Amino acid sequence: MTQPFPFSAIVGQEAMKQAMVLTAIDPGIGGVLVFGDRGTGKSTAVRALAALLPPISVVEGCPVNAARIEDCPDWAPPPSGRIIARPTPVIDLPLGATEDRVVGALDIERALTRGEKAFEPGLLARANRGYLYIDEVNLLEDHIVDLLLDVAQSGENVVEREGLSIRHAARFVLVGSGNPEEGELRPQLLDRFGLSVEVRSPRDIETRVEVMRRRDAYEHANAAFMKRWRAQDARLRKAILAAREALPGLKTPGAVLHDCAALCIALGSDGLRGELTLLRAARAQAAFEGAASVTRAHLKAVAPSALSHRLRRDPLDEAGAGTRVARTLEEVLP
Amino acid sequence: MEPLSPWARIETALALLAVDPAGVRGLWLRARAGPLRDRITAALPRGARKLHPGVEDAALFGGVDLVATLAQGRVVAAQGLLAVPGMLMLAMAERCPPGLAGRLAQVLDAPGFALVALDEGAEADEGLPPALADRLGLFLDPGDLAWAETAEIRLDGEEVAAARARLADLTVPREALARLARAAAAMGIPSLRAPLLAAAVARAHAAWRGAAAVAEPDLQVAAELVLAHRARILPEEAAPPDQPPPPAPEPGDPGAQTKADPAPPEDILLDAARAALPADLLARLATLRQVRAGSGSGGTGAARKGNHRGRPLSPQPGRPQSGRRIDLVATLRAAAPWQALRRPEGAQAGRLSLAIRAADIRLKRYEETSDRVLIFAVDASGSSALARLAEAKGAVELLLAQAYARRDHVALIAFRKQAAELVLPPTRSLVQTKRRLAGLAGGGGTPLAAGLRLALTVALQARARGMTPTVALLTDGRGNVGLDGSPGRAQAEEDAQRIARALRASTVPALVIDIANRPQPALGALAQMMAAPYLALPRADAQKLSAVLSQALGG
Repeated sequence: MTQPFPFSAIVGQEAMKQAMVLTAIDPGIGGVLVFGDRGTGKSTAVRALAALLPPISVVEGCPVNAARIEDCPDWAPPPSGRIIARPTPVIDLPLGATEDRVVGALDIERALTRGEKAFEPGLLARANRGYLYIDEVNLLEDHIVDLLLDVAQSGENVVEREGLSIRHAARFVLVGSGNPEEGELRPQLLDRFGLSVEVRSPRDIETRVEVMRRRDAYEHANAAFMKRWRAQDARLRKAILAAREALPGLKTPGAVLHDCAALCIALGSDGLRGELTLLRAARAQAAFEGAASVTRAHLKAVAPSALSHRLRRDPLDEAGAGTRVARTLEEVLP
Repeated sequence: MEPLSPWARIETALALLAVDPAGVRGLWLRARAGPLRDRITAALPRGARKLHPGVEDAALFGGVDLVATLAQGRVVAAQGLLAVPGMLMLAMAERCPPGLAGRLAQVLDAPGFALVALDEGAEADEGLPPALADRLGLFLDPGDLAWAETAEIRLDGEEVAAARARLADLTVPREALARLARAAAAMGIPSLRAPLLAAAVARAHAAWRGAAAVAEPDLQVAAELVLAHRARILPEEAAPPDQPPPPAPEPGDPGAQTKADPAPPEDILLDAARAALPADLLARLATLRQVRAGSGSGGTGAARKGNHRGRPLSPQPGRPQSGRRIDLVATLRAAAPWQALRRPEGAQAGRLSLAIRAADIRLKRYEETSDRVLIFAVDASGSSALARLAEAKGAVELLLAQAYARRDHVALIAFRKQAAELVLPPTRSLVQTKRRLAGLAGGGGTPLAAGLRLALTVALQARARGMTPTVALLTDGRGNVGLDGSPGRAQAEEDAQRIARALRASTVPALVIDIANRPQPALGALAQMMAAPYLALPRADAQKLSAVLSQALGG
C-alpha cells in the first residue's frame, strides 16, 4: 500500500486544511463538510489528514477499536488482550450502502451455519475513534442520513432488530463532501456538521500548475517527493499534538463569549449549536497558534466555516452564505 | 500537426489505453451497440472484468459465498471483482446508479485500476455519472462515422509492450504540465483531474510513438482526447484578456518560477481540442445540468422497489446479498415442509434442529413510491388570454387525465394583473382541478416573475414533503410586471431572470411552453437560464401540445 498524498503538499485550499486540522485537535467540534467542484482534492485531504495523525492504540481484534480491554463490547469474540498501535481509521461510507452495512446486523452466515446469534459490526463500529468519510453526502439516501444523525449526536450505535439488542460506542468525526450543483443537503444534516468549507478550483494558472507538478511528482518520483514533505508533515503533527495538550488549559475570557453570542444573534443562526461550535473551533484555533487565551482574532478566523451553513436559507440570495457571514463579521466585530 | 481524423483518434485512444491503463484511468466510449462499437471494443485489452449497472456489493468486494457455505457447513469466502487491480468494463454505463458510481470512483482513485465505460445513452440527457466522467481519461464518440471510414484495429502486442517499457523513463516536462493546465483553464474545466489525466495521456502517447521526450504532438493528442469533451466554454469565447491576471505566486512556493508567456502557445492545443469538440456542445451543456440534477437515477418519481422501507410486498426467494433483509418467518415457512425429509437418519428425536437450505431463504421486499407533482404555472394575462389561453387550458386538461391515471399530484398557479395566485394546491382531485381551470379568467398584465416564484415555492414545499416536483410554465413571455407588482418591462425581466436562476439552482426540473403567436427569443433565453426544455408551439392543437408535454416530462 502506497503512502497517501502528504497533507502539507496540498496546494492552497487553506480553509479546508484549517477546518480539518481543527477537528483533529478537537474532535468534539463535530465534523467537516466540504462542498465544491470535483477534482479539488477533497478526498485527498481526508486521507492525508488521517495519515498525518499519530496512530491510536487499540485492543487487538476489537471491532470498535477500543483503547482498553474493558471497553471491548461483550458481543465480540474475546480479545487477545494485546494492545497494538494502528493508524487512525478512515472509513468510507459509499452511496447506496444499506442500513445493515452501516449499523451492523445479524451475522446471517453464522446464524445459519452454526446456529449462533452473532452480531456483524457495520461501518459505524469500524469508524469509532476515527473518521467517517462520506463522498457525495448530498446524494445519500434519507434513511441513512437519519441513522447517521442519530449516532453522530449520541456517540453510540444502538441496534435493536432481528432479535438482537446491541450497543457500542461510535464516536467519529464525520467528513462529508459533495457538489452542491447535484443536490442539496437537508438542513438537519447541515447543522450537524461542525464546520463547513467551500472549495473551488484554483482560478489562477500558476496554482493549478503547481498542483499538477506535485501530483506528477507524487506519482512518478514518489520516494523523493515523500521525503521532501515528510518533515513538514511531522511539524504539523507536532503542532496538532501540542495543541491537543494545550486545549484544556486555555482561558476563555467573558468578552469572547459575548462576541460569540452577538455574532450568532446578528446572523440569526438557528439554535445554540452555532455558538458552541464557534467557541470550540476558536479554542482549537487558539491552541494551534499557541496562544494562552482565546481572542477575537481567533473567533474571526473560524467564524466563516463555523457559521456559514447555519444561516436560514434564502433561495433568492445569490451572494452566498459566506459573504453574509463576512459582512456581519465586519459589522459586529470590527 | 493536423488534428487526427475521427477514426485515427479512436485507434490512438485504444493504443494509449493498452500502453498505460493505470495512468489514463480508462475510456468513456459513447456508442450504441453495433458493429462499429464491436470493432472498437475488439481492440480493447483482453481480460477486462465485466460489470453491469446492477452489480451488487458482494460481487464487487467479495463476501461470503452463501450457497457454498451452507453446503459445506463452513464459511466459504468469494473473491470480489475488485480484489485485484486491473481493467474493468462497465456495460450500459448510462444506467449506472450513483451508488455504484461512487464505489467505482473510489476504486479508480486507487492505483492500478482502469475502467472502460460503455455508454449507450440515446438521449442527450443520458450519460455517465459525473463522478466517473471526471475520472476516466479518454473519451470517444464515433457518432455517425461511416463503416467505410473504419478499419479493423490491430494492436501489435510487442509494440505495446515496448511502449510500456519506454514509459518508465518518460517524464512530462514542467512547461508541458503548465500548458495543459492553461488549456484546461481556457476551456473552463474546473476539475484538476483533467489536466493531470491529459499529462498521463501525453506521456503514454510519447511512449507509443517511441519518442524520447514528451513533445508538441503528444500534448495535442492529449488535448483532443482528454480535454475537449470536458469543455464548459467554447475556447473561442475564452480569449486570454478575459482571464484574471495570475496573482503573485504564493511565497515559499517552490517551483513557481514560470511566468505567463507573452504569446501563449496554448492556441495550438486549443485548436487541437476544438477539432474534437462535439458539434452540439452548447446544446449539451444545457442538458448536462439536468443529468446532474437527476443524479443518474432514471424514472423520477416512479415507484422504486426498495428493500428497506415502504409498503411491504410479498417476500421473494433469493440470496441475502448486499444487505437485503431476510424474512425469517417466510424462510421458516418455506423450510418447514421439508424438515422430516431432511432430518439425517439417526438424529435424536428430542433435539430441535432446523435444516435450512439456500433455496428456502426468503427476502423482505418493500415498495416505496415518491409521488410526482406537476405544477402548472399558467399565464392568464390579457395578451395571453387573447391568443392561446383556451388552448393551454385544453392541453393542461389532457395532461391532467394522464396525471390522474398515474396518480400524480397536480398544482395550478395562475399569474395575471399584479400577482400570482395558487389556484389549486397540490392535489389528486381531477374534478376540482378541472373546475378551477375552467373558471380561470384572463386579463391584465403579466407578472411572470411572481408566477415563477410561486411555482418555485410550491415545488420546494412539495419536495420537502418527499414528492418529486416538475414545473411547467405556459406563457407568452412578455413579462411586464415586477416582483413588487409595479409595472415596468426592464424590472420585470430582471426579476424573472433572477427567479429563473434560483429555479435552476434548486434543480427542480422545469419545462417552458411558449404560447405566443410567434416564438419569443427572450423566453427561449429564460428557459435556458432555468435549464429547462423550451417548446415553441405556435398554433398547435391541444392534443399535440399534450403529446409533446408528456414526452418532455418523461411520460
